[in-house]
Amino acid sequence: MAMAILRRLGQTLFVLFGISVLVFLVFFATPGADPTARIAGRNASPQTIARVRVEYGFDRPLPVQYVRMMEKLFVTRDLTSYVNRGEKVVPEVFQAAPVTVSLVTGAAAIWVLAAVAMGTLAAALRGTWVDRGLMMLGLVGISIPVFWLGQVANLLTQSRYHDSWLFSWVPGLGYVPFTQDPLGWFRALVIPWITLAVLFVGIYSRVLRADLVAVRGEDFMRTARAKGLSPARVLLFHGLRTSMITFVSLFGLDFAQLVGGGALLTEVVFGLQGVGRLTYQALGNLDLPLIMATVMYSAVFVVIANAVVDMLYLLLDPRVRDGRA
Amino acid sequence: MDADATPLLAVRDLTIALPVGGRMVNIIDSVSFTLGAREILGIVGESGSGKSMTALALMGLIDAPGARITGSARFKGRELVGLPQRAFRTLRGREIAMIFQDPMTAFTPVYTVGWQIDEQIRAHGRVTRKDARARTIRLLGDMGVPDPARVADRYPHQLSGGLRQRAMIAMALSCNPSLLIADEPTTALDVTVQAQILDLLRRLRREYGSSVLLITHDMGVVAETCDRTMVLYSGTIAERGPTGAVFARPGHPYTAALLDSIPPLHGARPARLPSIPGSPPAPADRPAGCPFTPRCAYAHDACAVRPPLLPRGVQDIACVLPAEGRDLPARCVTV
Repeated sequence: MAMAILRRLGQTLFVLFGISVLVFLVFFATPGADPTARIAGRNASPQTIARVRVEYGFDRPLPVQYVRMMEKLFVTRDLTSYVNRGEKVVPEVFQAAPVTVSLVTGAAAIWVLAAVAMGTLAAALRGTWVDRGLMMLGLVGISIPVFWLGQVANLLTQSRYHDSWLFSWVPGLGYVPFTQDPLGWFRALVIPWITLAVLFVGIYSRVLRADLVAVRGEDFMRTARAKGLSPARVLLFHGLRTSMITFVSLFGLDFAQLVGGGALLTEVVFGLQGVGRLTYQALGNLDLPLIMATVMYSAVFVVIANAVVDMLYLLLDPRVRDGRA
Repeated sequence: MDADATPLLAVRDLTIALPVGGRMVNIIDSVSFTLGAREILGIVGESGSGKSMTALALMGLIDAPGARITGSARFKGRELVGLPQRAFRTLRGREIAMIFQDPMTAFTPVYTVGWQIDEQIRAHGRVTRKDARARTIRLLGDMGVPDPARVADRYPHQLSGGLRQRAMIAMALSCNPSLLIADEPTTALDVTVQAQILDLLRRLRREYGSSVLLITHDMGVVAETCDRTMVLYSGTIAERGPTGAVFARPGHPYTAALLDSIPPLHGARPARLPSIPGSPPAPADRPAGCPFTPRCAYAHDACAVRPPLLPRGVQDIACVLPAEGRDLPARCVTV
């Protein structure tokens, strides 16, 4: 098992290297475009352009340029945005990351718990009105656009009913760091969490229910029943435990893409300065170093999250542990 | 047989109907048999003859929507047909246990074999984790598993088919059931392992006092293992009786045809084994008369009426031939 983990870590490093090369090539070696001018920004003075050219080594061969860029990103961390008046890019990303991680982790906890509860209940009461009702609810959740839901939530909690007893505890839009004020952090994020989670609760509960219904037909479920176990134990210990394997793989993908910037809409609606919003702003004013940094950040996160999911697999599925599946 | 006085299991006119295309179709039609204490009864038949359905009905595991089970199945004097699931649950695993055809898929893949046996032991009694594991290891050892303590800690996919089936049997026996239903327990195993498992099943009644209902399509398995044999065809009983008698003097053309399809041990081997032409009818299109008529070499006018199951010597035969005085030829098989 230790060997499998080490091997997986080695692969992760290799993939990260590949991604960094790719991102670099896309941004700085695209034929027909001068990266110097793009980094220096619109209407840059000839002096700035000359300085950028030397600083980034654009007058030298590509491998040197790549090493320079990686050095600036990971070692000296002084990649500078010229568009944004000399703002250092890497600290910006590092400031935004905890916001996104807080938002997505909380939402993930909600959607996993709610989806497991809803999916399991629906599968247990298959064919009843409870099942149909829950699955309809899931479908509604999937269909609601997150930005609309967020705006409605804001309308209700920030303006319309903000003065009523119901929502008077809701703070204004924005992020409160956990280290500063844990309760404030929770209050500021609980509504964004729920908003972001709704879509995923819908998807995951439906997927889990379908999986549980499919697993009912398996031989081992019949064995479990033949052993004289209670229906709840058969469903939870044998059905749900086995279905968790699919659930986790799906979860890993969604979690990674959200932390990597996919929660953009939620971040914008709730005024959270996260990675998604940062990328969005960078794209808006063509801030190439910032785009590069956020893209690298999300790539790193997706790869790491995938590695974590694979480790979880090792824990969940003994067949993977032996390298058979 | 003295066991007949108080049979462990007495099934009478068991009928299972499932809705097929809007009407109820009898998958199992008036099947009756008894099983005495420490007896091994073989239920033989082709796929689709209703063998497994019968077993699942006795376990209360038929949950197809709209299924209707009628007749009677008394187990230790307790009626199983119509028994609520909650009551069935205390019987399942403790009084009636079942082992399945494919040991590969019958264990939950994510738990160790020992964990799964412990689970059954603990489901039926207040047993500590440690005591349950000790019993699990003893059971596995009894089933001829080498190094049982280590095997208990392994996952199903890490074991061979034979070991897995032994573990399955150990699990089935973990609560000392009085009835063990074995649904094709050797079909997925290779021949040497098959012989060991059958040997194990025969030993069970001596060491655990269990009766066994052995479901199979393999006449060889029946000959080797069962005291009595019941041949099912298309959801009805074709013939039943002591195994020796059924093999020596089959009364139903279907039984005879099944026996013909085993290669003979002595004498010249046929170039091609005889097989039964055609395939059994789907439950919905069974003929009104004897269901075997379309495939039977002896079919004649009298077969248009379904023949009742009538005694003939020690056997019961559902065929018109014995009554017409046209017995099938005896076979020189010694079992």
